[in-house]
Amino acid sequence: MMREAAPRSRIIGSLRFRLVMGIVLILAVGGVAVAVAALAYGRSAAQQSFDRLLIGAANQIAGSLTLRSGEVIVDIPVSAFELLSLAPRDRVVYGVFGDDGALITGYQTIPVPTGNEVFYNGIFAEEPARFVRVTRQFAERSFLGSVEVIIGQTTEARRELAQQITRNALIAVAAVGVIMSGLAVLAVQSALRPLGRIERDFAARSSKDLTPVDVDVPREISSLVLALNRFIERIDRQLNVMRTLIADASHQLRTPIAALRAQAELASEETNPDRQLRIVGRIHERSKNLSRLTDQLLNHALIIHRADTVDLEALDLRTIATEAVAQIDQSMSDGEEIVRLDLPEASVMCEGDALSLVEACKNLINNAANHGKAPIIVFVRRAGLRARIGVRDHGRGIPEAMWADAGSRFTRNAGVSAKSAGLGLAIVHAVARAHGGRMDIERPSEAAFEVSIDLPGISEGAV
Amino acid sequence: MSRAAISLGLATFATAAFAEPMPEAVKSYGPAEAETSVLVRGTTDIELFEPVLLEFTEGSGDVRIVYEQWGSNDLYLASETDCRTGGATADLVISSSIDQQVKLANDGCAAPHRSDETTALPAVSNWRDEVFGTTLEPAVIVYNKALVADAEAPRSRFDLIDLLRPEDSRFRGRVATYDIEASGLGYMFAFADAQQATTFGSLIEAFGRSGAVATCCSSTIIDGVASGEFLIAYNVLGSYALARAQENADIVVVAPNDYTLVLSRAALIPKRAAEPEIGGALIDFLLSDAGRAALRAANLIVETGGGAQPALRLPENPDISLRPIPLSPALLVGLDQHKRAEFIARWRATFPKDVGDAELP
Repeated sequence: MMREAAPRSRIIGSLRFRLVMGIVLILAVGGVAVAVAALAYGRSAAQQSFDRLLIGAANQIAGSLTLRSGEVIVDIPVSAFELLSLAPRDRVVYGVFGDDGALITGYQTIPVPTGNEVFYNGIFAEEPARFVRVTRQFAERSFLGSVEVIIGQTTEARRELAQQITRNALIAVAAVGVIMSGLAVLAVQSALRPLGRIERDFAARSSKDLTPVDVDVPREISSLVLALNRFIERIDRQLNVMRTLIADASHQLRTPIAALRAQAELASEETNPDRQLRIVGRIHERSKNLSRLTDQLLNHALIIHRADTVDLEALDLRTIATEAVAQIDQSMSDGEEIVRLDLPEASVMCEGDALSLVEACKNLINNAANHGKAPIIVFVRRAGLRARIGVRDHGRGIPEAMWADAGSRFTRNAGVSAKSAGLGLAIVHAVARAHGGRMDIERPSEAAFEVSIDLPGISEGAV
Repeated sequence: MSRAAISLGLATFATAAFAEPMPEAVKSYGPAEAETSVLVRGTTDIELFEPVLLEFTEGSGDVRIVYEQWGSNDLYLASETDCRTGGATADLVISSSIDQQVKLANDGCAAPHRSDETTALPAVSNWRDEVFGTTLEPAVIVYNKALVADAEAPRSRFDLIDLLRPEDSRFRGRVATYDIEASGLGYMFAFADAQQATTFGSLIEAFGRSGAVATCCSSTIIDGVASGEFLIAYNVLGSYALARAQENADIVVVAPNDYTLVLSRAALIPKRAAEPEIGGALIDFLLSDAGRAALRAANLIVETGGGAQPALRLPENPDISLRPIPLSPALLVGLDQHKRAEFIARWRATFPKDVGDAELP
């Protein structure tokens, strides 16, 4: 029921999908780059290897040239053509040209380059072919000039070698790509595993389990878990406040209300007007107590709630003390007690929630007024980096044995006294904790009793 | 008589070189009314090749085969002209001048053909899927055992040189070999010999010194051995020699021990063949088991293993000695004008031209 009503978080793609796509993209771009490089490399490697064979054969033929009575004699070594036969399927064409450009031997149809290039491309027998030209100079009495040897070969073997080199390179690249993809998938899975652990932790929880998430997570998502845990803690605290309020209310209010009803029934049955009037007086007295108790219960819940929800701000404790005293003075319209202030000259700054602090201070004053003896002094002090606000009276205060438990609810008498629900110090304690401070109870002298809140202060300069 | 035979051979060659290239003989096989007719040109003698063609036409149904027997140079010239001018051409050319066949393929005059049979060929018998080696014919030494005792008979080139060395050797003037100027095949064998070993130099020197006879044509040479005019013939095509040995028990064929060149007649489909599929089918047949059996029966594949003919003296170590001439562009070197002129000049220098030369018209 709750689940259906809960707003679903918007899903903006999958983390795993994004990672995988990123890796695939990197691999694809890399693969294409390597493929292009492999193609170029394959071509140039094949070109170079076969060009060497070609020029080797041409040099052998050029080396075989001799002169006999002014005539160039070409005695082609068979090894030159055997060299060319290393490209097993390629056609061979050759020509030896004299100084005048006339064919000495070979193919008349061989293409001759126009420029000075050593290697050039052409066509032979309707197939693309690669040609090399080697020039041999003769400086003899009978023959002065140069003889050109041109050899061409079709390019089938070159293309095949280039394809083979490229293909092998691509196979290697593909294999590496597949392996890398596999490793990447493992890496992604391993990286995302902590998220799964958190998910399982939540899935396995009972609906009442609001303990912090306790799983091993890497640094990158520890802050997420930390935030989550703070969030859970806040919910837990607020639920506790609610529970406490309900429990306290049901426990603490039942008895006084029952008593009140009993008195009221008594009053309705009483015929004697004087006694009836006394009973009404008691009813009034009990109603006042009940009202105070309700106030305190609600205040306690409110303050604990505020501690989680309200941002702390820099404030001066002297202002808090003054405000608390002013509010007390108002409520005690009859002016039966006189509360005095003991404030330093300089401001005492700390971070806090003014409302909670004023409420806590009022509670202390009320306690002092109800249980202690005048004069009641509200004081603010500064000790180094600590700030302190408290109330001193001159009564006996709480017995020392109970100091340790003073911050808990209803310890004093596990019920409702005539004048207080016993929540006063619990509220003070809660406020002190919510501000990162503590509640101190002291007896500075025989005739004095002091309850104060010790808070981390901030230096004035920092404000 | 020998002089006459030689001059006749040379004269024939000289006439053929100047005249329009023409087939030496023509014969047809298969049904006369067949729709498809293919033209096969070859250098193989008709009577030798006939059984092979007959077996092919029997298995291939409605195909008529016209077989033209050509001289190797004429066949090359005709094929080359057909290729260049785009004229009507044969559907299959099978020549013993494998260098010329390789040149035709190199110059783009052959159509490729691929089949299970051609891919199964070793690299030396298949160039570019255009030229295929179909036969196995060793270049052999032939002698007449009625005139030469087996113990005396040469088993290698070294033996032959030794036989010719003595001044009073009875082999002087009675050893015959191809005239490499007249015979394309003889030139190719001699050229291959020159690549194989330095023995060749000593051999032609011995030939020159002893007045060996250089003449044309396998049949002339083998006839001479049979008749006793020649005692020994060198570098004769084994297929022809063995065919003759089947008729004449005196003929003994020696595959030389030092090395034996093995020729594989090269078949190619001309680029402009009208029926290249049937040309290819004939190639596949020649390479198939049935075709090989037919070629073996015709002595065109010379058995060098267990089933070798009794007249054939095999080398001691056939695996090393038998050397196929590979179909490769290296064969083009021998066809180079300068190279050929140089080689023939070198041959001529040590092996002076026969007196028969003077009788040329």
